[in-house]
Amino acid sequence: MGTHTPAGLTRQAPAAPAGTPGDHTRRDLLRLATAGSVDDGKSTLIGRLLYDTKSVLADQLSAVERATAARGGEGSGVDLALLTDGLRAEREQGITIDVAYRYFSTARRAFVLADTPGHVQYTRNMVTGASTAELAIVLVDARKGVLEQTRRHAALTALLRVPHVVLAVNKMDLVDFDESTFRSIATQFADYARVLGLPTVHAVPLSALDGDNVVERSGRTPWYDGPTLLELLESVPVARDAAVEPLRLPVQYVIRPRTPEHPDYRGYAGKVASGVVRVGDDVRVLPSGRTSRVVGLDTFDGPLAAADAPRSVTVRLADDLDVARGDVLVPADEQVATGQDLVGTVCWLTERRSVPGARVLVRVGTRTVRGLLREVDARLDVDTLTVEQWDAVDTRHTIDATDTSAEAAPRSLGLNAIGRVRLRLAEPVVLDDYATHRRTGGFLVVDPADGSTLAAGLIGPTLLDRLAPVRADDDWLAGAGI
Amino acid sequence: MTTTLPTDTPATAAGPARLTQLDALESEGIHVMREVAGEFERPVLLFSGGKDSIVMLHLARKAFWPAPVPFPVMHVDTGHNFPEVIEYRDRVVADLGLRLVVASVQEAIDDGRVVELPGGSRNPLQTVPLLDAITAHRFDAVFGGGRRDEEKARAKERMFSLRDEFGQWDPRRQRPELWDLYNGRHRPGEHVRVFPLSNWTELDVWRYIERERIELPAIYFTHERDVFARDGMWLTAGSWGGPRPDEQVRRRRVRYRTVGDMSCTGAVDSTAGDVADVIAEVAASRLTERGATRADDRASEAAMEDRKREGYF
Repeated sequence: MGTHTPAGLTRQAPAAPAGTPGDHTRRDLLRLATAGSVDDGKSTLIGRLLYDTKSVLADQLSAVERATAARGGEGSGVDLALLTDGLRAEREQGITIDVAYRYFSTARRAFVLADTPGHVQYTRNMVTGASTAELAIVLVDARKGVLEQTRRHAALTALLRVPHVVLAVNKMDLVDFDESTFRSIATQFADYARVLGLPTVHAVPLSALDGDNVVERSGRTPWYDGPTLLELLESVPVARDAAVEPLRLPVQYVIRPRTPEHPDYRGYAGKVASGVVRVGDDVRVLPSGRTSRVVGLDTFDGPLAAADAPRSVTVRLADDLDVARGDVLVPADEQVATGQDLVGTVCWLTERRSVPGARVLVRVGTRTVRGLLREVDARLDVDTLTVEQWDAVDTRHTIDATDTSAEAAPRSLGLNAIGRVRLRLAEPVVLDDYATHRRTGGFLVVDPADGSTLAAGLIGPTLLDRLAPVRADDDWLAGAGI
Repeated sequence: MTTTLPTDTPATAAGPARLTQLDALESEGIHVMREVAGEFERPVLLFSGGKDSIVMLHLARKAFWPAPVPFPVMHVDTGHNFPEVIEYRDRVVADLGLRLVVASVQEAIDDGRVVELPGGSRNPLQTVPLLDAITAHRFDAVFGGGRRDEEKARAKERMFSLRDEFGQWDPRRQRPELWDLYNGRHRPGEHVRVFPLSNWTELDVWRYIERERIELPAIYFTHERDVFARDGMWLTAGSWGGPRPDEQVRRRRVRYRTVGDMSCTGAVDSTAGDVADVIAEVAASRLTERGATRADDRASEAAMEDRKREGYF
């Protein structure tokens, strides 16, 4: 396996207690995702983060030691991959199944880390992990520099619009902590990030194996005066993007107690997806378009004057409107797109291929509607970042949905493929562009037969459209007969 | 390569305050509960009287207030429960006007649906009565208090976990979960296990209990108890079958970190008399709660995964 035996990971338990004491009542929560292949040292880095933040407890460590020994592991060290590969099939067959979630915390912040495996199924896993991440760590081996894999990770990070990206230049110990090696990789990546439209990238030279610049500042990189990886994770702003976006509140559930104390109460329960809702705000209910005023924001703990994302609240309106699960509250004075024709980029999540004309369910926010997959008109090659584009509805090729081969089938999407789709919906939905509304611009495509999730999508123009613009002729609906 | 620190928006009377970690976890839990109530026909909340299910019930009260909790609770009664916990369960159910469904392991043994194990542990026997009750009541969503930090197989589980008609969990068939769009579609006979506390850690649960001043069964706090040592744990002597003749009963000051079947849930030596003491103790502990107090998870490296595959939650 070529797993490293970290020198710092010895048999004794760490000195300081788990769950670092601190003012946890002010601590906030950052969701992050990692991207990197096994060889880049991702498992070692996660193990290092968990270990150095005192998040690995003695019985977990001894279990990993036993498992290391059982697998003929090296000496007295610990195989850190075993801290993160939990399932029997993963250990026995060396495969990794989907995303796992890890938890660690410091005095300043708690972290939920989506551990996305760097194996064959990278696209679907990375898209899953990145969908909720506010920060992505892209891992690079200092000896190898920016590889195709790195570019792929960066592209998916850009596609999903993860707000913060950290480039972890790992294995600096193997290049003698050479400054110019680090600078050249950081510059190369920054150039590429600019092409992709990624936000500012922080680059950190580190050694996950020895712990340099992960949690502890390294004495071996005197030329680097930036923050350690953990300092970066502790300091990037959380949920700031959601707060500055305009209000979106998808209604989840209508609360009508009909109890003696609350005979006429009618409240709309939901989580503020983005923006702020205030008592006194004029709001519009979509897709119906009716307007009203917020007269109460109720919680179990008492009324609020305002609630920001991602708080769960119950809204009372001045007027007795017909509001139901699936509706969205938006500012009354904002023009918000709604409609039944959805153009977006999807990541195909199952082995069954996309078939034109397939009847599907489309989930946008809390609304699920019937839909027709009209066509796939472009497909992204994540390795080369080139887009294969087709001009008109394809009537020549038939697609076998059960064909799970990796070869590119004509004008369809298989497992892990990314492409642009056109969907016709039975009812109107809110069509927020993912490019400007990361929390409401996503959607799912679901198989009505067995309920499986076929694809995850991003509404409107995405990175894919920057690489290959949507074609001008838009008469694809003509004669669709829906 | 400089980093700008977040500048907090000051909380004013009209302006919202930034959400803390516990606020964010609470909001997520409430969101999940409302999704289930909105999407499913017949949800049920598993309620053992343990701290995780107590926190779940607290979230449910918050999620639907001022309406009552819109689903029943279910207790899988092993027949070897701590009396303090049963007393707590019945009092909470009465206070909140909840409907309680009891799935009884003893009845399943009496009916011959399950057979008592040689070691006396009834924890693994809970699966059959649980699945039978889910079928009998046609529950389609079952809330569980499982947390991903508890166990490595749980770290892989989704918030919405589809189970087939046999209640089985197939890690390869899991649906990817993106954003907060939870997909609860299922076919007749299938159900979904829902874990609103997935992203909480043991310390989060305790800090939330402290913040919300949630009452717990007394066995979570230090008390004197007749116990005996088995497999490196203190087990409670009682009618369930312990101790064996070669095991010596002693009186010790202990408390429980988890609440489960008496036959396999161990007590820990402790002087923690209130929630603040417990938090200090948990924060300083070098053992996970399951590592410290659950015999059945030690059976093999994949004990939890194997039980989950069989339909355990």
